[in-house]
Amino acid sequence: MKLETLRELNAERAARRPVIVITDTANGEQRLVKAKDFAADPLNAELSKALRMGKSTNVEVGGNKLFLNVYAPTAKLVIIGAVHISQALAPLARSLDYDVTVVDPRTAFASPERFPDVPLVAEWPDVALPPLNVDHYTAFVAVTHDPKIDDPALLHAFERDCFYIGALGSRKTHAKRGERLRAQGAKESDIARIHAPIGLDIGAVSPSEIAVAIMAEITATLRLPPKEKEVAA
Amino acid sequence: MLNRDEDILKAAEDWQKAGHGVALATVVETWGSAPRPAGSSLVINDEGTFLGSVSGGCVEGAVVTEALDVISSGQPRMLEFGVADETAWNVGLSCGGTIRVFVEKVG
Repeated sequence: MKLETLRELNAERAARRPVIVITDTANGEQRLVKAKDFAADPLNAELSKALRMGKSTNVEVGGNKLFLNVYAPTAKLVIIGAVHISQALAPLARSLDYDVTVVDPRTAFASPERFPDVPLVAEWPDVALPPLNVDHYTAFVAVTHDPKIDDPALLHAFERDCFYIGALGSRKTHAKRGERLRAQGAKESDIARIHAPIGLDIGAVSPSEIAVAIMAEITATLRLPPKEKEVAA
Repeated sequence: MLNRDEDILKAAEDWQKAGHGVALATVVETWGSAPRPAGSSLVINDEGTFLGSVSGGCVEGAVVTEALDVISSGQPRMLEFGVADETAWNVGLSCGGTIRVFVEKVG
């Protein structure tokens, strides 16, 4: 690997931007492709699939065997609301390798006794969220049921282009939320990005089951190609 | 798969900057129950110091030896380890899998 390739790779990784390094294993020839340049690349389909699956793989192109090494950032999960569902959701997400943070300004909820070993921020979203560096590789879940907490958090998630945004509440609750967010300047396309009611429809009843439904929906959003995603939703 | 090799590649860059010869070994293919997935890597410097893992410990010693050759020759090479390998008794994978490891010089 050329030093400049290694430098570029490390810089992209530090900035949490996904890249794939393509190596011709017969002769060591190599090139680095940033995710933003996939669309213009002749290997677009292969690169996009490998990144979506987060899996390094081999492809054969014109008789050459190429190794695609995927460098995807660790996905984060930000949970707004230290509620009962979150107590099940946080450990489940951690077992799926997400970096989990729970945010809730209500200290009675955001207590270490209720969330052992989970990073907790007992602050309002305007204080809690900026230091978390919420980005595209972040799944964002708002489950407090309190518009004073959920709404500003969701506006932050829109701004940071999170790959998944979900919010707890029935269709009726969600319609009201849409009105409030619109009044605060949210675009129609932003509101359409919110998964609500949250989670895949698996008939979840208990908080743990709802947590499974949420993580299933996040996984589908992360791994399925965009078209199938719409079918699943 | 999501969180891997965080500091290894940075170490490779730092070693190179400090004037060391450096090689990068990467698992490019696995069959059967291999201990580490494709994309796992090991970095080695010319003093034989290494970081990371390509097999969870089974074949690292052999990879380091080959990597030192790659650092001196500059030529990349492909290594294969598994139960079918003639050196299996010494440095094979006890798990019964097979892995191919690509070793290249950095710089």
